[in-house]
Amino acid sequence: MAKILLQRLQETFGDAIVECGSCQGDEWARVPRDRWHEIAKFLHDDARCQCDYFVDLSAVDDPERPSADGGRFEVYLIVYSITKKHRIRLKTRLTDESPKVATLSDVWKGANWAERECWDMFGVEFQGHPDLRRILMYEEFEGHPLRKDYPANRTQPLMPYREGTHDKLGPFFQDEGMPLNRSPREDERPS
Amino acid sequence: MEPIDQEFEESELELPSEPMTLNMGPSHPAMHGTVRMVLKLDGESVIGCDIQPGYLHRGAEKMGERGTWQQFFPYTDRLNYVSPLLNNVGYAMAVEKLLGVTVPRKGQLIRVLHGELSRIGDHLTCNGAMAMELGAFTPFLWFIKAREWLWELHETQTGARMTHSYFRIGGAADPPTPDFTQHVRKALPRVLDVVKEGESLLLRNRIFLDRMQGVGMLSKADAISYGASGPVLRSTGVDYDVRKDKPYLVYGELDFDVPVGTDGDNYDRFMCRLEEIRQSARIIEQCCDLIDKIEPGSPDDAVSIDDPRIVLPPKDRVYSTIEGTIGHFKLIMEGIQVPPGEVYQYTEGGNGELGFFVVSRGGGTPWRIRVRSPCFCSLQACAPMIVGRMLADIVPTFGSINMIGGECDR
Repeated sequence: MAKILLQRLQETFGDAIVECGSCQGDEWARVPRDRWHEIAKFLHDDARCQCDYFVDLSAVDDPERPSADGGRFEVYLIVYSITKKHRIRLKTRLTDESPKVATLSDVWKGANWAERECWDMFGVEFQGHPDLRRILMYEEFEGHPLRKDYPANRTQPLMPYREGTHDKLGPFFQDEGMPLNRSPREDERPS
Repeated sequence: MEPIDQEFEESELELPSEPMTLNMGPSHPAMHGTVRMVLKLDGESVIGCDIQPGYLHRGAEKMGERGTWQQFFPYTDRLNYVSPLLNNVGYAMAVEKLLGVTVPRKGQLIRVLHGELSRIGDHLTCNGAMAMELGAFTPFLWFIKAREWLWELHETQTGARMTHSYFRIGGAADPPTPDFTQHVRKALPRVLDVVKEGESLLLRNRIFLDRMQGVGMLSKADAISYGASGPVLRSTGVDYDVRKDKPYLVYGELDFDVPVGTDGDNYDRFMCRLEEIRQSARIIEQCCDLIDKIEPGSPDDAVSIDDPRIVLPPKDRVYSTIEGTIGHFKLIMEGIQVPPGEVYQYTEGGNGELGFFVVSRGGGTPWRIRVRSPCFCSLQACAPMIVGRMLADIVPTFGSINMIGGECDR
């Protein structure tokens, strides 16, 4: 149903579209990060796309993806067109060394807070954002929680455990007894 | 004593003033859920505001990456906790989309039925709380009384009043009880009567109308650009409802209307919600009829898919046959093996387009679950609604966007 969007993107941008496809009915296209703003704005402005409704912007982290493949973070944007009733997912990949991409808050107003949340949770920097600060966590928070290498049971300096409770973790290892090697961290699984 | 008829310059009469920063803190009687607003006030008018959510952030998305697919259901309940079953349905459908399966007919009807009952509860709470903050305590209590009846209905089926975790990937935890549709048909007219009584108290009250009409206006273009959805978007005049535009489950065959407002002010949002209660009641009645028409024992009569890789085997088989035990064990310990892929599945939650972006790398543990919460976008759209108006207008405006802390912050 959004094949027209993929078509328009291919026509206008040609090889800028690194990869595109459709998963269970969802159309998506991956673009290089320096064309992010341009292509997103095209989706908003073009008369046959008219994707004026902002749905979501966030990221997926895969620390083991090599830089040759794009890098660790994959930022995605989902937009919808109220008049044409089609939606598309636009993706781009960012490396760990410079997780920076252009902001889309001038195209869709809803991207403002979504990008702040992405910065807060992943550390992805949006260049040109008017107000890039943490939104869900407090300002003194250290680290970016949704990254895969941020452990789920880490405590922060501002919120320490009380005296004595830390030794009482019991016979389970730090992972509070997650069964069957489910923790994504190497050092939390039973050896 | 100065002579009264002396001429004064205009500028000498003005008192020097600078804007005052007021903190409408996270813990505030008029703030539903925990949201902090740092307001810059010039007297009583708001000239700037910085809305800071995040006080109820519990890391649900991070926790989703640590368990199995089925273990995420309690987190979905606690997202929009006034209409939990709608969230359950959304997540279950997202994983089912990745798996490429659909639930049998009775399961779909039950999902729609329970979802709409939850939606009525959500709108009753929102409207009641909005009215209460304007001083009308009685309609709030009446709406809560009606909500209790709905919760009792839910309790007979799911076992819990609020955070049900009733739906599963592939269906529901249990089939509905045989007399369920009977109870629903008895409770529904009583709920609608209460709504009518509440309306009669509020909608002709001069104070209520003055505080709601023309207050908290949001333009169409702004609402679309912010990604607002649900009653917030529909009150501005945009006719976008996921149930009508991209019908899922059995919404395509049901007959209901979508109330659309004109101005985008608080009054329109209030009325949109009230009308949606009535439309939900229509949907529920049609679902009850359709459920009663299903032949017991036919393939449509099942609530869950008959697939041992997705749905737990029935308990008597688990305790008596080895295949049942093994099937149960593998599903619980290893999780449902979902093929790799990423999908975005969206449903009409209580507040609008509730979306789940689910990434699977194969295996029983999700790689990433992202919840697209409608309140997050509506809350961002709240800033232009408040700026330029008076401090007292914040109260009904904020109440009308129905910001549920659990959904906004996850």
